[in-house]
Amino acid sequence: MNDAADATAESGSTPQRLAVDIRNVSLTFETGDGKVDALSNVSLRIAHGEFVSFIGPSGCGKTTLLRVIADLQQPTAGSLLVNGMSAEQARLERRYGYVFQAPALFPWRTIEKNLKLPLEIMGFSESEQRQRAARYLALVNLTGFERKFPWQLSGGMQQRVSIARALSFDPAMLLMDEPFGALDEIVRDHLNEQLLQLWDKTGKTVLFVTHSIPEAVFLSTRIVVMSPRPGRIIDVIDSNFPRHRTLEIRETPEFLKIAQRVRVGLRAGHAYDE
Amino acid sequence: MTSSALAPPVSGAGALRHHPLVVRYAPIVIIILALVAIWYIASVLMNLSLVRGGFERDETPYTVSDLIAGTMSAERPLLPAPHQVIAAFTDSVFGYAPTAPRSLVYHSAVTLSATLLGFVLGALLGIGLALMIVHSRVLEKSLLPWIICSQMVPILALAPIFIVVLGAMGLQGLLPKSIISAYLCFFPITIGMVKGFTAPDPMQLDLMRTWSATSRQVLSKLRWPTAVPYLFASLKVAISISLIGAIVAELPTGGEAGIGARLLAGSYYGQTIQIWSALLASAILASGLIGLVDLAERMVGSRMGARP
Repeated sequence: MNDAADATAESGSTPQRLAVDIRNVSLTFETGDGKVDALSNVSLRIAHGEFVSFIGPSGCGKTTLLRVIADLQQPTAGSLLVNGMSAEQARLERRYGYVFQAPALFPWRTIEKNLKLPLEIMGFSESEQRQRAARYLALVNLTGFERKFPWQLSGGMQQRVSIARALSFDPAMLLMDEPFGALDEIVRDHLNEQLLQLWDKTGKTVLFVTHSIPEAVFLSTRIVVMSPRPGRIIDVIDSNFPRHRTLEIRETPEFLKIAQRVRVGLRAGHAYDE
Repeated sequence: MTSSALAPPVSGAGALRHHPLVVRYAPIVIIILALVAIWYIASVLMNLSLVRGGFERDETPYTVSDLIAGTMSAERPLLPAPHQVIAAFTDSVFGYAPTAPRSLVYHSAVTLSATLLGFVLGALLGIGLALMIVHSRVLEKSLLPWIICSQMVPILALAPIFIVVLGAMGLQGLLPKSIISAYLCFFPITIGMVKGFTAPDPMQLDLMRTWSATSRQVLSKLRWPTAVPYLFASLKVAISISLIGAIVAELPTGGEAGIGARLLAGSYYGQTIQIWSALLASAILASGLIGLVDLAERMVGSRMGARP
């Protein structure tokens, strides 16, 4: 689309086009019993088209980091660029779609109207809205559920709707905060495969928060291991499986080696704390 | 439905006992019958000395059955018997043309129009205030104490002042009554809608933010729909309050027309039966109005995907 413009804007400072460029970001909360360092001196660069997982125990700041990238929270120190602009600018220009732990569908809207909601807000034409709703419902295999209300769908289906909703306005980046955390193993495996296919088809940048090691290793091109108090990055692991991968790769020695390294990283982070 | 269709036919009293209509309405009928029985007993007890005094003053011999019959047919009983109230009620509803000043339909219509206008004004005011309060914390701090104060002054004290002041400004009849009614009924709507407008899930609010929705879009597409259940809950409270407001507002006007006027006239002349039939009329009005709000709620609910 506007690749050319982006490239010229960024070519001066960075050789590679970056989706996210985080430099020494810290975020401190003031709570009743003192300061909490949710993020401490975090730096990370993510290229376009990457699938990056953030893994760590609760309180390690992985969700906070995602929210900072989404401009839902502001860092107390450091700087970050999203798509070569400030996080706020990126939010205002709707450069990312966000998927939360819960589907957060609007219960008074049908599935189709839920999908249309961001499109309505962004001022797409009625015919464009209808087309896109149909296209993205098909993408998550939910054609035929247009007129159902959210409560008539299972949890997994609802979460698929919320993914379709995040994709519906075609953002370059997908931010996902433990989207499958509340689902059972079987549904989760299925959705993981679907998500990979989707990523392969669309070439979007995906930032994915999880606390499941197999999920992180299976999905990602890079895994960011984080540790709590203060929230920080302790390891970044490359995971170079082919873009087309099936659940079977989870049995390969390569996969187990990476999973082991993630586990070691997580344990090291914990030991530091106790 | 299916279970009763599949069940083997039962004969006699057993079948009747399990008939869906009986299962559904028997408890209601039993409660009503019990209340009527208690009412009869109370009216006998309360009117007894009155009737006995009458017999003794006339020095006519009387039996117990004379006494009991007397308690149920007194002209100005302390507590009229149910059938007296029903008779007076049907007479004043069906016995006169709906526009006649003795017709209860006429008086009910007068009160109803003030109630409805007051309800609409109160709902608009209540929602408007809630919007302002939700919109800014400064307004919340400056408005809310006054809103709460407004409800602490007894309306019985305020109503005559309203009527006199508004009368001096040339406003008479329907509007002053509606204003008093609105003054009473805006409060639950404001409180309910402030709660409703701030009820959206934080995640839904975050979503709106990620789509960089304007605050007007957040209001129309998230806060409003979230507030709808709160709206109907407060409307149900408000509509019965606005009926009470309209009746109270009719008291200081000197009692020209309306249910309040009938109550006032009844108490002036000791016409207890008239008071009770006016009360019956207002009870019927109130349940009808709440029923209408209920119906509207169900219609809106089914459009908004409420679970059946």
